[in-house]
Amino acid sequence: MFIKLKSLLYNNEVRAIAFQVLTVVFIAYFVYQAFDNMMLNIEQSGIRSGFGFLNDEAGFAVNDNFFLTYSPTSTNLQAFYVGIVNTLIVAITGIFFASVIGLVIGIARLSSNYLIRKMATVYIETFRNIPILLQILFWYSTALSVLPPTRNSMNFLDSVFLNSRGLFLPKFIVGTEFYLVLASFIIGIATYVFIKKRSTKKHDDTGIATNTIPHFLGLVVLLPIVAYFVFGAQLEYPALKGFNFQGGTDLSIEFFSLAFALSIYTATYIAEAIRSGIDSVDKGQKEAAAALGLKQGQAMRLVVLPQALRVAIPPIINQYLNLTKNSSLATAIGYSELVTIFSGTVLNVVGQAIEVIALTMLVYLTISLFISLVLNIFNKKMEIKGK
Amino acid sequence: MNKLLKLSAVSLLTIGSFSVQASIFHSDTLEDVQAKGSLSCGVSTGTPGFSNPDSNGNWSGMDVDVCRAIAAATLGDARKVKYVPLSAKERFIALQSGEIDVLSRNTTWTATRDNSLGLNFAGVNYYDGQGFMVKKSLGVNSVNDLDGASFCIQAGTTTELNLADYFRSNKMSFKAVTYDTSAQTKGGFEADRCDALTSDVSQLAGLRSTLKDPSSAVVLGDVISKEPLGPVVRQGDDNWFNIVKWSLNAMIEAEELGITSATINDASTSPGVQRLQGKTGKLNEHLGLNKDWARNIIAQVGNYGESFERNIGMSTPIALPRGVNQLWIKGGILYSPAFR
Repeated sequence: MFIKLKSLLYNNEVRAIAFQVLTVVFIAYFVYQAFDNMMLNIEQSGIRSGFGFLNDEAGFAVNDNFFLTYSPTSTNLQAFYVGIVNTLIVAITGIFFASVIGLVIGIARLSSNYLIRKMATVYIETFRNIPILLQILFWYSTALSVLPPTRNSMNFLDSVFLNSRGLFLPKFIVGTEFYLVLASFIIGIATYVFIKKRSTKKHDDTGIATNTIPHFLGLVVLLPIVAYFVFGAQLEYPALKGFNFQGGTDLSIEFFSLAFALSIYTATYIAEAIRSGIDSVDKGQKEAAAALGLKQGQAMRLVVLPQALRVAIPPIINQYLNLTKNSSLATAIGYSELVTIFSGTVLNVVGQAIEVIALTMLVYLTISLFISLVLNIFNKKMEIKGK
Repeated sequence: MNKLLKLSAVSLLTIGSFSVQASIFHSDTLEDVQAKGSLSCGVSTGTPGFSNPDSNGNWSGMDVDVCRAIAAATLGDARKVKYVPLSAKERFIALQSGEIDVLSRNTTWTATRDNSLGLNFAGVNYYDGQGFMVKKSLGVNSVNDLDGASFCIQAGTTTELNLADYFRSNKMSFKAVTYDTSAQTKGGFEADRCDALTSDVSQLAGLRSTLKDPSSAVVLGDVISKEPLGPVVRQGDDNWFNIVKWSLNAMIEAEELGITSATINDASTSPGVQRLQGKTGKLNEHLGLNKDWARNIIAQVGNYGESFERNIGMSTPIALPRGVNQLWIKGGILYSPAFR
């Protein structure tokens, strides 16, 4: 019996597992102890703890609010949601434009045209090497000084206005008519996707290409416009009343400045990732595409980019994550995203730093992990198959 | 991100330092301050007249004078203060975590802050109220003309809440543009991002004086809230709380007795003056301070009136009248409990 135990002690496998279990227990104990101490200290120093504050009235106003219901009588939890939505919207907008600009610049960087190539290089080297906070402040103060004041707003057809406070747009009055227009828009897109798929299949099978641009214009652009007039949906137009535009919907200048700065900055990194991706594709691939009779654009789109993206996606994921996290710099210019609203105003009103910061970190962690997950799935799809 | 990092760093550090089962809140702040040889005092990042550094990094202002008074009382030297500039958002965490010994940063005394943050307000060194500054060109005379206007506000202040309350109760609408610091708030106002800037009246005067063109803006007469500003300490150290409270009271009492930094050492037969000079009485004993603690405050910092005139009085660019911040015997509401 004793010998058996002793041999167990010298068993490699048992030892390896035992040490790992010990480590986990040790870490868990440490975390528990830290948490226990924290709660004890909070209690001793008379600071309120727990998440009860989330149901308290927020009491402050928020400038940017996209589609949630929020007023100063709402709860802190609703303010938290507004913060999350605002963070997501600026991050998604930034990611979209950074990708588009990055792709264009990345390709331009390898252009055979001297001027285009050099301009892309200058753009990348300039914006990549200036700290993002400075750029945000720069674009914000530029926007404030370049755009006209409210009274002299730029006016487009008396329905869209642009001034140093933001962009003011008409909005749909939600009702049956609105839903009918929305439905026709969705049907239009769905039908177009179906037609596009069929034409791709036809092309794959027979090699005959169909031009689907007229279908696109008809179904996605014209159909909703016709539906709008047929059903008689109502729009609410912004109008200057007193100090500000009332009615309609608006995008604040803070939102624009932040989204613009984040896009311009992150696009430089994405462009570099794309360039290195394209560089990694063997020259023979391009030559083979040319030999098959593909035009330059086709060769890029159908042969080079799919292979280039395979290399470029992992660094691009990092840039998307960076952009999302950098959006918290909004607090410098007053765009009301999560950090400004929640770990700013709410934290100051309720004073419970640990809970508020923990929740904020949890949100960023969740968003980042979600972006990683989606792009990793995409990455898997793009990987070379069958090996 | 920077702010977030700082805040999370503080939280993490706090968590980290708990790993040994012991309270980090050492309950004898006086002993700590005397051992360090300096007082860590939380101030603003720059509020003219209250806590503002000059080009050489020397701090001055009403709130700074409270820090200096406490240093004079506890260390015998008003210069032994380490100033920690804090934004409105950071201030309470800095105090709760023990980074500073006292917070003297135009902080409004509210029930929530006093009761749920583990803090104690030690008194009031300036009775303020929330007011408005507007562009002169708007031709606005009252806050009630500002229905639908945009306001520049500093984040993390009671200002945000008061504004929402006031407009709600008067059934008016408004838009709030919330900035992180007072300088950014002013920048937004100057760039015409908002129609009005709202803050404590005392700060509006200072902010207006630093505008590129001060005559382009006017401060409205309306005051929509009461903002008693004062020094704050952590709960759980009653002696330290008393020291801060009575350091402030000593300045007010000295003005009432008519003694200034110039006359504090003069011989006097008045028992009140003699007690403040530490010649008679045992006011120092229970606080654990030297006999001449109050004398040091008056000699090195001055009485309340001197501090007021030097920092925000009519001879300064801020030019605030004493108003309610006048002694009770002169029609104001400043009133020190009895020194005996």
